[in-house]
Amino acid sequence: MTNAPRQTTTLPTAPGVGYKPQHYSAIIADPRPVAWLEIHAENYMGDGGRPLAQLDHLAARFPISVHGVGLSIGGEGPLDRDHLARLKRLCDRVQPASFSEHLAWSSHDDAFLNDLLPLPYTDATLARVAAHITQVQDTLGRPMLLENPSSYLAFAESTWLEPDFLRELTRRTGCGLLLDVNNVFVSATNLGFDPRGYVDAFPLDAVGEIHLGGHDADHDDHGAPLLIDSHGAAIADPVWALLDDVLARSGPRPVLVEWDNDVPDWPVLADEARRAQQALARLHPALRAAS
Amino acid sequence: MTGRVTGLIDDFLPALMDPDRPVPQGLQDGQGRPAGRRFNVYRNNVTTSLIAALEQGFPAVAKLLGPQNFTGLARAFLQDNPPQSRLMMHYGAGFAEFLDAIPQLAHLGYLGDVARLELALRRSYHAADATPLDPAALGAIPPDRLPATRFTLAPAVAIIRSPWPLHAIWTYTMIPGSPKPQATPQDVLITRPDFDPETHPLPRGGADFIAALMTGRTLGSAHDAGVAAQSDFDPAPILGLLIAGRAVTGLSSE
Repeated sequence: MTNAPRQTTTLPTAPGVGYKPQHYSAIIADPRPVAWLEIHAENYMGDGGRPLAQLDHLAARFPISVHGVGLSIGGEGPLDRDHLARLKRLCDRVQPASFSEHLAWSSHDDAFLNDLLPLPYTDATLARVAAHITQVQDTLGRPMLLENPSSYLAFAESTWLEPDFLRELTRRTGCGLLLDVNNVFVSATNLGFDPRGYVDAFPLDAVGEIHLGGHDADHDDHGAPLLIDSHGAAIADPVWALLDDVLARSGPRPVLVEWDNDVPDWPVLADEARRAQQALARLHPALRAAS
Repeated sequence: MTGRVTGLIDDFLPALMDPDRPVPQGLQDGQGRPAGRRFNVYRNNVTTSLIAALEQGFPAVAKLLGPQNFTGLARAFLQDNPPQSRLMMHYGAGFAEFLDAIPQLAHLGYLGDVARLELALRRSYHAADATPLDPAALGAIPPDRLPATRFTLAPAVAIIRSPWPLHAIWTYTMIPGSPKPQATPQDVLITRPDFDPETHPLPRGGADFIAALMTGRTLGSAHDAGVAAQSDFDPAPILGLLIAGRAVTGLSSE
């Protein structure tokens, strides 16, 4: 019953983790159950030294997902050609199983804000982001995955719903999508929509990778819950439940556990990956029953 | 850009960097009410991540100032100096000069030099790899050819000059059990024998000698530069530091 994914990634349909250098020795000693690693591209754009040496070792042993956090695909101006060239160099070096970036902007004129900032979903944004994705794919010579953001607010001028906006981007550019399930849950809570309705509307056939991460809880001016996509905590139970829903509909996909702040010791992260593995394993009887 | 639907990003950015500015129009919650403090999530993300980047990049400065002072100064710095590069490994290039210019920090006159040292250590960490010269190749040079020999030094090599006991201040701050700094100026050599940059205090003349080598002057000319700074300058221990630090990557003789 599941849709075959488009060939936008060759990551295994198994758990991966966001790689942190402090886990290097533990991963080399025993990576189980982690089958692949994701790196933040910008941390490996120095000229040399330990980061690149470690990356070469890891890339020889694991499928690598290169995940960009600084390209500003949603930015109003043109893409930074120097940065695109750096991404190309990194991809040529690592030969990653996947390259992904965010539906967001992070730079404007000369300033880089080091955060993933939100976009209005309008026809103009759609055209601009589609052109940028095409430029990235042409430069890298490979399809990319685009990740749904976590939202804290909405734009009055938006005329597209996010899943439709992303679907239209895949249609125009042939890119795949990276579905961050925690982001769906965070955005749904913050903006008051049903996360399952979002998943229903999401083009799951285009999903080449799934992200899971932890969030923090705050509240807005009216006392309404405001969840913050902190990547600094364990994955919340409702997010695990939403993952089950997604996987039941999408079929097996590569699932990544992200933990970027207050990074725990390796066994804690490996346990989160184990839980993702169990979620994937639960699929098999369901798949047999459906066929 | 012409034909743009909105100038939102032009409004968004200044409000992001300045908490005293109003939240931009057109931002709302899920029910169409003004976004209000929801916008602060982005403000906090930007500010917190940049302060964290500075703290990670300047750990000794952060220790010397204490968390509260450091955070306040980092916040003031980043408001006027958002990153110019997408690579956070480069962030904070102007932090030392920013610290130099703050009158209230005049009693910590060495702070800027500590920041310069930390920036140089970070650059060394990310510098290009280079294969060190076999020390035997240096030994094989006939003594009469030595003065005309030029060295190529590894990209990870740097010197920081200071009128302060910079090396001692840095080690006293960062390495438990290090001796208290004495009131003597110290220039610092950074080498990266493997992947971890190392710091070495230099005797007078040492920085002049290495700086001359780095600009492609001959060993003889570099020796003269050292002697100009310190009449009894001895290049042998400095060459020893460079060789032990795997800092010499090439030789050429005229």
